[in-house]
Amino acid sequence: MARIVVDPITRIEGHLRIEAVVEGGKITDAFSSGTMVRGIEKILRGRDPRDAWAFTERVCGVCTTVHALASVRAVEDAIKISVPKNAELVRNIMFCAQYVHDHVVHFYHLHALDWVDVVSALSADPQATSDLAKSLSNYSKTSVGYFSDLQKRLKSFVDSGQLGIFANGYWGHSAFKLPKEVNLLAVAHYLEALEWQKEIVKIHAIFGGKNPHPNYLVGGVPCSFNLEEVNAINTEKLNLVGKIIKDAMNFVEQVYLPDLLAIAGFYKDWAAIGGGLPNYLAYGDLPTKGYGFPDGFKLQRGAILNRDLSKVYEVNGADENEIKEYVAHSWYKYEAGDTAGLHPWKGETEFNFTGPQPPFENLNTDGKYSWLKTPRWKENPMEVGPLARMLVSYAKGSQEVKEVVDEALKKLDVPVTALFSTLGRTAARGLETKLAARWLKEFYDELIGNLKAGDTNTFTRDKWEPTSWPAECEGVGLTEAPRGALAHWIRIKDRKIDNYQLVVPSTWNASPRDPAGKRSAYEESLIGTPVAKEEEPLEIIRTIHSFDPCLACAVHLYDPDGNHIRRITVS
Amino acid sequence: MKKKIPSIEQSMQAKGYSRRDFLYFCGVAAAAAGLSTTSLGQVVKAFETKPRPPVVWLHFQECTCCSESFIRSTHPIVADIIFDTLSLDYTETLMAPAGHQAEKSRDDTIKNNQGKYILLVEGSVPLGNPGFCMIGGKSAEQILKDAAAGAAAVVAWGSCASHGCVQSAKPNPTQATPIHKIIGKPVINVPGCPPIAEVMTAIVTHVLLFGKIPELDSQGRPKEFYSRRVHDTCYRRPYYDAGLFVESWDDDAARKGYCLYKMGCRGPVTYNACAVTKWNGNLSYPIQSGHGCIGCSEAGFWDNGPFYQHLGAFPGFGIESTADKVGTVATVATVGGIALHAITSNIRKQKLIRENMEESVTVHPFKGEGGADVEAAEAAKPEETKGGDE
Repeated sequence: MARIVVDPITRIEGHLRIEAVVEGGKITDAFSSGTMVRGIEKILRGRDPRDAWAFTERVCGVCTTVHALASVRAVEDAIKISVPKNAELVRNIMFCAQYVHDHVVHFYHLHALDWVDVVSALSADPQATSDLAKSLSNYSKTSVGYFSDLQKRLKSFVDSGQLGIFANGYWGHSAFKLPKEVNLLAVAHYLEALEWQKEIVKIHAIFGGKNPHPNYLVGGVPCSFNLEEVNAINTEKLNLVGKIIKDAMNFVEQVYLPDLLAIAGFYKDWAAIGGGLPNYLAYGDLPTKGYGFPDGFKLQRGAILNRDLSKVYEVNGADENEIKEYVAHSWYKYEAGDTAGLHPWKGETEFNFTGPQPPFENLNTDGKYSWLKTPRWKENPMEVGPLARMLVSYAKGSQEVKEVVDEALKKLDVPVTALFSTLGRTAARGLETKLAARWLKEFYDELIGNLKAGDTNTFTRDKWEPTSWPAECEGVGLTEAPRGALAHWIRIKDRKIDNYQLVVPSTWNASPRDPAGKRSAYEESLIGTPVAKEEEPLEIIRTIHSFDPCLACAVHLYDPDGNHIRRITVS
Repeated sequence: MKKKIPSIEQSMQAKGYSRRDFLYFCGVAAAAAGLSTTSLGQVVKAFETKPRPPVVWLHFQECTCCSESFIRSTHPIVADIIFDTLSLDYTETLMAPAGHQAEKSRDDTIKNNQGKYILLVEGSVPLGNPGFCMIGGKSAEQILKDAAAGAAAVVAWGSCASHGCVQSAKPNPTQATPIHKIIGKPVINVPGCPPIAEVMTAIVTHVLLFGKIPELDSQGRPKEFYSRRVHDTCYRRPYYDAGLFVESWDDDAARKGYCLYKMGCRGPVTYNACAVTKWNGNLSYPIQSGHGCIGCSEAGFWDNGPFYQHLGAFPGFGIESTADKVGTVATVATVGGIALHAITSNIRKQKLIRENMEESVTVHPFKGEGGADVEAAEAAKPEETKGGDE
């Protein structure tokens, strides 16, 4: 028996540590620990609710925008306003742009090096790579010269003796299965994607002024449309958005999806590894009939238990019997005892660091071992993220989702149960990206249509002034971050934030076990994972990366005063 | 009456810096000048003996927006930086290895390149408890000190590392601390949440191109990008001078792109390159897309709110002023405070603008309110109106 520690888990957002017990070449137990805390919720108290989006947006710079969206929705819910059609469309466009960016960057820059052997690419045949590339898609860069030039560049890089980000990688590991040519193709597209990703986010810069961290606004969006003015979003800017969307669709369909399926074809064994929890949760998003009508969402809301796709359970964030958070193994304490479970509206977050003083070798995983709390839905540990979203929408009968999922399963020649795995998680993210790119175009066309019809409004003005608000109100904002279900709860008193709570995707996935000893998604997914070389934990990071960890999001719950968060109700 | 120009120290004190901080910043400025003959010389020498200078990029209390911004750079593109410019030996966001192998990349670089590697830091360091930020079982503070000791140059990426940013906003629950207060050597501060991509890549390539670190101001910021206020370089500045303001989101003035001052824009007290370099390949910046600047590159900007309340007054009325000359004192206006707001750099300028306002009365529907402000400001004769410029 060996205990493997992987810390830092790299190619993620934030600070994550995994401790895994390996027996007979397989993982028999695992512990996931978030090792950094900031305390954003405490900082929000007493501030102007209209500013909260900016504070919470800084929870994460990788999934930028998503916390801003959850925040403005929470405030709008509290003060009872809805946003104009154009604002909803701009938010949807920014949402889809974020998905496409985030998922592509995750696949190539955060995840690919778990599957792609960069060193092997050095000995690939450029001619064969070119033939392969042409057989996979109609992407423009497939010439022999292109791959041969890239290979020369790689060689001179390696010959320099300075391997930079590639130094000490797991090159030559027996778990790498791709032919040399696929490796070279993937390295080429790693670089293409790195250059392309800065283009898609220009959509955020046009509507929100910058990326990362574009601007949002309670009541709408801060940009204005004016087809008679150079100083506003006009035809030229809209044309640029249209062009970026077209290029994004091309990149996703001609580069990302073909690469994903080609690489997945060599790793079908990973369709039986890393499945983990059988339960999936999605709040859903992308309203087509308004945020108040979840049935019109492109991404559906619901929960699946025990991998039973024949039944999707209703999810209600306001029901105090549904979502609860535990701290039995988290560095916090509850007044009612550390085995209690509290709904976010009743949450307590008193800080209680009992971990070893650094430097240390191992955490005491019998006790508290993470800055993440442990959320449960009706006492069940749930996985959230692209796989959960695709499964919920699939099970609810979304034709668009069914079509892309079934097509991919057919291409890979695997059954639907293959989705419950590390490979399934990674594939679901790609399929979702294909949809997000299409929806970008759909929402864009709708925006143009709305402008053409003479509606240029982007802001609901009547409740902007806090003097128009009730003395006390509360609201909740639900969304889907690229990494999964995200919600913000706000309570407003005397026009200021009285309390603010976030429950974020990586808290669901990366949390420590609950008082009953049930593991959360990361920990459960590692059980049974083969480990060929204990000193090179490639298989561990494959499965962990398949979730796309985002730890700065997950660890923010900190109230050093141990203030009791009062019960609030959602209207 | 001539307004006294605040000294740098006074400006800093007004922003909450102590005298100790001020002395530290003096040290930064002096040390930065001295770097060209001491440790910087070593960096340059390292460049001559290695194809690419070794770089360690550390992550502490942050949201990774700085790393994300860095890879948005359009010139140079980040692939060229990774392959041709720098040897990015340790960055948790992009590096292939994890765990022990990742730590080995960091430790080897530090050990084998003593005095010759560049340290880039993203994130603040919590001094409240070592348990608040731990990587590989070590505290952030320890990792920072170990990595800084042998670094030839240290760059603080973003507002977290430069000022503490959002986690240091009141009540700063973890005692999030900027790195210059922890390590005993000069730091190049590159504030912003995040900094502009091309500013980041320009700063790391500046040394390679010109053989010296960029000129720094009293706060350790490269003057190349932080010497001008957003307000003074903003394309909407003429509307401010003419008294043409957005009064409500998406009103007619917003649709014409008028000045966002009354909507709380912090451009007048924010030193950054946004209005010139712009974002995402020179495409836009917050004001251009209709939202005011929130001042994200200024120390303590999170506590200088609410963001949608306009500034009551700000120092240094004049586009000739730079950060070192006027500092960045800012206060939020009380209700009605705008009447006391001084709108231009001096009497001569104000007269000119008033004349323009009068000329424009039949042209611009929003002149009336703007004009009223100018007149009210004039009537109140705030002392600031004359000062500012030297």
